[in-house]
Amino acid sequence: MTAALLQVAQIALVVLLAPLMTGLVRLIKARLLGRRGPPLLQPYRDLTRLLRKDAVLAANASWLFRAAPYFVFALTWLAASLVPGVTAVLALAPTADLIALIAILASARFLLALAGMDVGTSFGGIGSSREMLIAALAEPAMLMVTFTVALVAKSTSLSEIARFIIGGGVGLEVSLALALMAVLMVAIAENGRVPVDNPATHLELTMVHEAMVLEYSGRHLAMIEAASMLKLLTYASMIACIFVPWGMAVEATPHALLLGLVTYVAKLAAAAVLLAVFETSIAKMRVFRVAEFLGGALMLSLIATIVRLMSEGL
Amino acid sequence: MSPSLLGQLDYSAAHLFSAMVLLGSFAMIYQRRMVGMFNAFAFQAFALAAAAAWQAYIQEAHHLYVTAAMALLLKGLLIPFALRVIVRRLDIHRSIEVVIGIGVTMLVGIGLVALSALLVMPVTAGAAATTREDLALALSVVLIGLLIMISRRNAVTQVIGFMSMENGLILAVIGVAGMPLVVEMSVAFAVLVAFIIFGLFFFRIRERFDSLDVHYLETFRGERR
Repeated sequence: MTAALLQVAQIALVVLLAPLMTGLVRLIKARLLGRRGPPLLQPYRDLTRLLRKDAVLAANASWLFRAAPYFVFALTWLAASLVPGVTAVLALAPTADLIALIAILASARFLLALAGMDVGTSFGGIGSSREMLIAALAEPAMLMVTFTVALVAKSTSLSEIARFIIGGGVGLEVSLALALMAVLMVAIAENGRVPVDNPATHLELTMVHEAMVLEYSGRHLAMIEAASMLKLLTYASMIACIFVPWGMAVEATPHALLLGLVTYVAKLAAAAVLLAVFETSIAKMRVFRVAEFLGGALMLSLIATIVRLMSEGL
Repeated sequence: MSPSLLGQLDYSAAHLFSAMVLLGSFAMIYQRRMVGMFNAFAFQAFALAAAAAWQAYIQEAHHLYVTAAMALLLKGLLIPFALRVIVRRLDIHRSIEVVIGIGVTMLVGIGLVALSALLVMPVTAGAAATTREDLALALSVVLIGLLIMISRRNAVTQVIGFMSMENGLILAVIGVAGMPLVVEMSVAFAVLVAFIIFGLFFFRIRERFDSLDVHYLETFRGERR
């Protein structure tokens, strides 16, 4: 019963927090660049404004184009609410498997890429093809990270991993450090952050995500924007859940839950600050360099696995 | 802290520093710019110094502090600085030309890490856990140093590959208890002397061919037409 209630609370919490996190990233980035920046709550206003506006559809848009935003949003929301943030006591915890999570996010991306190609504009097509290129490179790295973490924690379930690490089952572990670096690179690529893609551009030949969703407007665009905010939150929570789970409530007591909530928000804020600082300190790379960037992530995760297997073999 | 936990920390910190040295090698493979490569080399030297200092602490072998200091000062600071001066003085092209692509080189590098793990693990059965992993990582650093030498065209980057091979040797040495200091000293100084000779060679090659691309040397020797 408690687990079900907490799960509902988690589902509501992620969707409420996601625009705030994006707003924080944007605000800090603006401040670092010497601008005043939008207010912290601007993403909420953007979303409500978009929801009020009419959607403009291309004459040849099919049902897929209209349905994709809702599916993408629903899938990403599901992924976000699966990742244990405040507490590991969740009704859906047994399904919160790392591999399932990757698959859910991948199906959202698949739908979005299809929708990008649906209207038949060149921008949509180029965006979709680049998005799939990045995905094809990022997913193997992410899976290798999953295997490394599973070798350490003997489970691919996120709440089990969090419990294992909070329980002190692991000390200073090289393979986890390497896996952390790899997963950070993957997260940057998957969320279209700066060295790979620039989330702040709207008309540039190098854009990826924005090119794919260029044809969307109104409520459809609101869904897609909300989905990408949720995706950022999902990755931040996932990294926090695996690598810094301390503070997360493993028992459903009020005291532990309060501590879990405070540390969860603090972790998300820290992730937003770090992301903003990283993004301002680096230049965007050429699209064809992305393969090397993600190759680096794959390499780190492979080394992590090898090092881990080496220690197991002792 | 209980003795067993302390022992675990000894082991895992040593493991962490060795892995950082290996990471330095991969950072060198990943770089496309010469300055980035110098930075990666300096990073590797710092990681090596940390590994040596940690081994000195846990083995209570004080001469390893000397090794750590030498890695820090010579390889972490002096050699990268000298390389930077040479590159500026020679005014050569600062991007790196590769023989095989960076992605492929990284894959080969991972293969080498797996190979050295498979090679060292059965051979050293019975040795201490730290020593075994240290040896496997050190062997992969040596092999990747060779790989860097093979896969790069430019003489400067080949020399960095050579230096990182030597880092791998030092990494192997510090993991083994009881290696006398005089051996390490002579290896380190031999490398320093080699570096000076390489520096002279850079200027000679540059004077003769107007480039540091070793491909000109091959043509000159009549190996390639």
